[in-house]
Amino acid sequence: MSRALQSIGRSAIGWLLPALLLAGWEIASRAGVISANVLPAPSAVGAAFWKLLLSGELLENIRISTLRALSGFVVGGAIGFGLGLANGLSALSRGLTDTTIQMIRNIPHLALIPLVILWFGIDEEAKLFLVALGVFFPIYINTLLGIQGVDPQLVEMGRIYGMSRSQLFIRVILPGALPSIFVGLRYALGIMWLTLIVAETISASSGLGYMAMQAREFLLIDVVVLSILIYALLGKLADSLARYLERLSLQWHPAFQNV
Amino acid sequence: MAHLVLDHISVHYGNQAQPAVTQASLSVNSGDFVVLVGRSGCGKTTLLNAAAGLIAPNSGSVTVDGKQIKAPGADRAVVFQNDALFPWLNARENIGFALKLRGVAAKERDAAADRLLALVKLEGFGSKAIWELSGGMRQRVGLARALAAEPDFLLMDEPLGALDALTRERMQTLLLDIWAANNIGVLMVTHGIDEALLLATRIVVLAPGPGRVVRQIDAGFGRRYASGETVRSIKADPAFNQARAELEDSIFEGEAA
Repeated sequence: MSRALQSIGRSAIGWLLPALLLAGWEIASRAGVISANVLPAPSAVGAAFWKLLLSGELLENIRISTLRALSGFVVGGAIGFGLGLANGLSALSRGLTDTTIQMIRNIPHLALIPLVILWFGIDEEAKLFLVALGVFFPIYINTLLGIQGVDPQLVEMGRIYGMSRSQLFIRVILPGALPSIFVGLRYALGIMWLTLIVAETISASSGLGYMAMQAREFLLIDVVVLSILIYALLGKLADSLARYLERLSLQWHPAFQNV
Repeated sequence: MAHLVLDHISVHYGNQAQPAVTQASLSVNSGDFVVLVGRSGCGKTTLLNAAAGLIAPNSGSVTVDGKQIKAPGADRAVVFQNDALFPWLNARENIGFALKLRGVAAKERDAAADRLLALVKLEGFGSKAIWELSGGMRQRVGLARALAAEPDFLLMDEPLGALDALTRERMQTLLLDIWAANNIGVLMVTHGIDEALLLATRIVVLAPGPGRVVRQIDAGFGRRYASGETVRSIKADPAFNQARAELEDSIFEGEAA
């Protein structure tokens, strides 16, 4: 019981600073220190939130953006994970593809936006492509590193047990690589939102980034600020989800104990 | 009764000028406790790995009951210096792992694991995560895991090398207890001269450059422990000290002082 309270207290402490910032901001706005044309008060942003929520516009845009983000994540993550596995397990595959992948990795993927617009216009494919590309690298690299970092003595132990290659993979290599794969996953989730928002801001006809750009056209600064706050919340939500999964699947790891 | 025989084996790692081991022969029968000693680089671990089937010798043969060994097998359990336990499984699951691969039911597996935990004096530690256990406890779980497959031979590469002196002494008697109670053949690598004398029924002395067997010495102190004498009384016997002096001489024979 007291343990549960303690854990609630620990997660609540992280929200203390954002809450104080909001309160300070509200007070400064009401006192006229911050002009409403520069930064509207939290209450004004709250009112904009309520209005957009009632009209259904907000939820619709969040739905569209989330769907885009996740589909890009699934595509890029699956390719990155697959290639990371292949290159971690096979020297031939690594020799064949790693140089190319490292070259592409050094191009900032957002620099491809002009090219992507020429290829795909401002349709869904453009966003999907950019998110997938951005998500690919952290997943690929951390999967590869995780597999290469598995204790060779554990693999040897697997051989002593007479495991087949697939048993060795499922029972030794994959669990051994999992901590590193989760690092890649969390990093990739951050890149996912970043890429999507930039892509939507530059070229889209729906979604959160589009909502913010639209509001800018009409000088609705409260909606612009609202969009930014929602990015922050969605990013935090994705990260919390990843950490939850991490803790769930890495209970054996000393770094993930609730002690 | 099982016989493990290494017959004139030579192992040459591709990237080295000298062979790691040349023309080495030794045998381990059920009930033997054979200990490999020698200076660094004399090929102790290479011989053990060849016996395990982890490396194939360039010449000579490794056989169990006359049958050539080509790969690791359940009849030869291996314990490394580093415990090599799977950190994502708890102690009980690690011990039952070999049985799980064989398709033994969970209930039976857990019962066998708990029996082995009691054997290595770790009752009640089955649900512990590996990181919660001390070095000595981990090595005992490793030993229980090796015994789970009911092997004919136990191959151990400096199993006590990473432990502190007190834990090490307790583990030595535990090894003797287990060896005496199960009719298994043990092949063990160690750096400890006292340890070799106390445990072995036969000590194989190796010398480096290239690695080779220089002497095989019969010893009986382990058997004396198994028939009830205490370690203190064995070590107090002048014969023990004399045997140690002789063993040291043969290990450092030919080395510039």
